[in-house]
Amino acid sequence: MPQVTMAAALNEALRYCMREDSRVIVLGEDVGRLGGVFRITDKLQEEFGEERVLDTPLAESGIVGSAIGMAMYGLRPVCEMQFDGFTYPAFEQIVSHLAKYGSRSRGRMRLPVVIRIPYGGGIGAVEHHSESLEAYFTHTAGLKVVTPSTPTDAFSLLVRSIQDPDPVIFLEPKRRYWIREDVELKPNGLPIGKAQIRREGSDVTLITYGPSVRTCQEACEEAAADGVEIELIDLRSLVPLDLTTIMESVRKTGRAVVVHEAQVTSGFGGEIAARIMEDDFLSLQAPVVRVGGFDIPYPPAKLEDVHLPDVDRVLDAVDKVLNY
Amino acid sequence: MIGPRRGIVDPSSVSTETIQLLKPDGTLSPDAEFEADLKKDDLLDIYRFMVLARRADAEGTNLQRQGELGVYTPLLGQEAAQVGSAYALDESDWIFPSYREMAMALMRKIDPVDIFHMFRGTWHGGMWDPREHRFALLSVPIATQMLHAAGFGIAAKLDGAKTVALACFGDGASSEGDFHEACNFAGVWQAPVVFLCQNNQYAISVPVSKQTAAPTIAVRALGYGFPGVRVDGNDVLACYAVAKEAVRRAREGGGPTLIEAITFRRGPHSTADDPTRYRTDEELKHWESLDPISRFTKYLETEEIITEEFKAKVEAESKELAAHIRAEIVGAGPRPSHELFEYVYSEPSEILRREEWLLYEELAAREDSE
Repeated sequence: MPQVTMAAALNEALRYCMREDSRVIVLGEDVGRLGGVFRITDKLQEEFGEERVLDTPLAESGIVGSAIGMAMYGLRPVCEMQFDGFTYPAFEQIVSHLAKYGSRSRGRMRLPVVIRIPYGGGIGAVEHHSESLEAYFTHTAGLKVVTPSTPTDAFSLLVRSIQDPDPVIFLEPKRRYWIREDVELKPNGLPIGKAQIRREGSDVTLITYGPSVRTCQEACEEAAADGVEIELIDLRSLVPLDLTTIMESVRKTGRAVVVHEAQVTSGFGGEIAARIMEDDFLSLQAPVVRVGGFDIPYPPAKLEDVHLPDVDRVLDAVDKVLNY
Repeated sequence: MIGPRRGIVDPSSVSTETIQLLKPDGTLSPDAEFEADLKKDDLLDIYRFMVLARRADAEGTNLQRQGELGVYTPLLGQEAAQVGSAYALDESDWIFPSYREMAMALMRKIDPVDIFHMFRGTWHGGMWDPREHRFALLSVPIATQMLHAAGFGIAAKLDGAKTVALACFGDGASSEGDFHEACNFAGVWQAPVVFLCQNNQYAISVPVSKQTAAPTIAVRALGYGFPGVRVDGNDVLACYAVAKEAVRRAREGGGPTLIEAITFRRGPHSTADDPTRYRTDEELKHWESLDPISRFTKYLETEEIITEEFKAKVEAESKELAAHIRAEIVGAGPRPSHELFEYVYSEPSEILRREEWLLYEELAAREDSE
């Protein structure tokens, strides 16, 4: 098995789908000749031509809105938003049309559109390049929201997202684009909607996704050195949400911490905490604790390290639920 | 006066001419470039669609006034712009409507009942299968459907198909960002899209003069690298001829056209609106005198194309249509509530299944207590 980065795994996933299905096309800003600003679409135009890898005008509503029309025609468009913070012009098309068309058409016209968005902080970027926008989409019925944390999952989840009949918001943790691992480039991972237990443990359940998975893995190792066994759940998809895996783990450990980069208020962590409490309050030995970014606009690069949840912030929360 | 100067595109040099084939009195006014080469059956077909649309439209307003529809957006006065333009399409071409294109829906064999169900609050978007009728669901957010038409046209072009997409919108929509992005995308790919602006003079209360400082809406096409044309939107023959040329160009790979059909919404924007607050009686009377159906009928009579018998037949058909609409809409019940969950995803999520169950229990408890 080759060692590949997450960026390369995503690139291979696109190539795999485009070879398998001629209806799959890629469109976005700079995705053609340049191969995307993160090179996720590298050399795709070379292989599939300008008819299937479209450099669009610089207009995000145009990208998503025209992708909707392409899907109505019968194509399976994969859109790239260049950065998280540039997704907002497309918001109306995503919320008012993409998410709703399956319902509005009474299931007769599903729109198999994937919107890939590099998201999250930690790369020292300028303003509008480090947003965690998942809650806008998890709050929108009709969208699936998927986010990988490893190269293996990046490949497998992107293939499954492209093959999915429903619209998928595919959130790529950009600061993990360059992590490497051995990847078998086959779509054989868990399906969308299944969480993965990254580490088994009996003391605390740590629930996270996307870029925060690695941070939490480090926290698990430090905790283990102190004799605390954390069970780490990587959600992989926020919608649909794998409540079964979450609840099985929480019933075992009695304690849960939820971690994400996004600000805590109205963040997805609140959703998970509430679900755990509603489903099995009595299994809890301590209140669920949320760990996230502060309720501030994403800070300038020189201050992002104090904003983003790090190992210490995660371990403080773990201590809090253990010592309740 | 500023004349043409090197390096300057001057708005005052733009043509504001409006293509017209039928004068308001119904006499022909032939045009050197545009021709409505329609056979007798086509002309009668067009007449029939306009009359049926007007009758169904009137029924919409009636039903709303009687409390059977939550709201309705009448098309009265815009029959020619809709029927003439859509008549230029092949059956396999797609129409991307806003929410006022019932005349076009009728032409696509969509039962108006399936439109009124949207206004009744039975189901969002309409009740038909978009693929079966090549007619997208109604689009309420302004100008957004233009991008769907652009994307559809781009896809058709990439696929090497000869299908044309007709994007319907109004003068107000030309101010939206999606108008710009749709025209620009379609222009870049020279996609087979016809952008049909029904300039009905008002976006609810705001006159077109406050939407744009451009001399016409048609001229804005130049900024996207394709032609724009103004047509008398109350002249069904001109609307047909202009659209036919645009459709032909699109189908042959010549790219998009922006058509500005100058017409007038004689009713309110919606039944919730009061047009007396923003327009005068004189204005309304002027446009009533330009009525598209009377004009076309005069032409058909003068040319002895239409018979009293045919008119009576269409009148009877329109009465039947109205009766059918009333029979289906008055007192129509809601859809079964489980459908709210059924179509959100191709497979309902666990959370949705739980919520559906919750609702089921709520409804069962309500029944028990009644």
